[in-house]
Amino acid sequence: MSVPRRVVVTGAGCITAIGCDVTEFARALFAGDSGIVPVELQPDQRLSFSNVAVVKDFVPDGLLDESQLLLTERSSQFGLAAAQQALQGSGLLSACAPDRTAILTGCSAGGQHAEERELAKLYTQQGRVHPFTVPRTMANNGASLISIRFAITGPALTFSTACASSAHALGQALNMIRSGIVDGAVAGGHEAALTYGFLKSWEALRVVSPTGCKPFSANRDGITLGEGASMLVLEERERALARGATVLAEFCGVGMSSDAAHMTQPSATGQAKAMRAALQDAKCDPADIGYINAHGTGTAANDAAEAQAIHEVFGKSAGEISTGSTKGLHGHTVGAAGAIEALATILALRHQRVPVSYGAEPVDPSLCLNVPTRTRDGNIGAALSNSFAFGGLNVSLLFRAPL
Amino acid sequence: MTVLTYEDVLSRCKELVAKERRVAPETITEEMSFEALGVDSLDLINLSFEVEEVFEVEIPDNALKSIRTVKDMARGVLVLLAAKQLPQTENV
Repeated sequence: MSVPRRVVVTGAGCITAIGCDVTEFARALFAGDSGIVPVELQPDQRLSFSNVAVVKDFVPDGLLDESQLLLTERSSQFGLAAAQQALQGSGLLSACAPDRTAILTGCSAGGQHAEERELAKLYTQQGRVHPFTVPRTMANNGASLISIRFAITGPALTFSTACASSAHALGQALNMIRSGIVDGAVAGGHEAALTYGFLKSWEALRVVSPTGCKPFSANRDGITLGEGASMLVLEERERALARGATVLAEFCGVGMSSDAAHMTQPSATGQAKAMRAALQDAKCDPADIGYINAHGTGTAANDAAEAQAIHEVFGKSAGEISTGSTKGLHGHTVGAAGAIEALATILALRHQRVPVSYGAEPVDPSLCLNVPTRTRDGNIGAALSNSFAFGGLNVSLLFRAPL
Repeated sequence: MTVLTYEDVLSRCKELVAKERRVAPETITEEMSFEALGVDSLDLINLSFEVEEVFEVEIPDNALKSIRTVKDMARGVLVLLAAKQLPQTENV
């Protein structure tokens, strides 16, 4: 029987509200510098909440020529920029055949800016719709863009599972490399949907915090929407070690489940099932988990269900594991959330530090969790990154510090 | 032009709840809790959206959390209508 193939992370890139490269992201992550800022509205616009997590000063210049840029959109440009950072850092392209490399992206809203702008022209100004609206708005624009820009010819797929999109993409990349379908992958997600229509839709659902999300706090009152991207380079471990690649973390397991219950209300049972499946997939002793980067949206329902799920899985030791959410820093980036938070988890392992769960103070005592209200040193052998989507779709990813 | 009474608002709320639950309006009483009616938090958001349209009011997020019965909803709407201090027509 052949030895199972193992998968490592050899590159990472990001575009977020707290940094547009991994160095700056890590600095803000551990320093607790939140990227949540006042939302900018037009004079005739009105919202019940005042904050979003916006990527500042992003210019796609240099990534693409003018004619290519016309076929893309802010969301996919974020994805491309993050992929470029990850590929440059890893050296994957010179080591892995283009047809043995996969691209897996998560994106929930697609090209929301282009769609809203063009439809507004159509419905309110009797204007014409731009001929590139279809390619600009398709959710796979980012995956295709990465393939075209870097001449990667292996399988390219896009997952659209709301807040779990990029976690599903990462999990699928893990399994594709393990199974031998490919040897390397660029995987993650991107989202840039902070349009007025998108924000009004979330407002109508009454889940957005008026002032800023406070995951696991006794005062939590909703989410804060954000935008961004994160892409990881994943490789079969033996190949990566043989070529002397820098290993950021080992990607050991993925657990997935569906609640089969409710379109918006979370289920602790389904969430626990995903975490258990990740532990089992990674053959990981629950006692090895030193950090859980929780889905932690900051809604009353999510954080309570997730806490219950963690207690179901970890039993008596649940209250000892450092469990936090980094959404108070970079916002809830929906389709990019799983990948951005996987990056935060990898950085926690790499630096052996638990990032602050920004906004958590005063921590809700009823959750009985060990929530880091400031960044602290940790002895983290393995860590989970949870992503739980509307529609009851759950993903838990398990990473280990490289040996 | 007449100001809506509590009974007017309650009657319209019952109709909206009945429509949401796909039952006859006469089966809905003001004491019924949304929980007993099988109206979960997401259903209540949808129902409130209808109520806001019909009565031309805005139900604040924190007020929604305290609405547990049909009576709570009707009373809440009446308070919001009074706050608007505008005469309401009978055929709202």
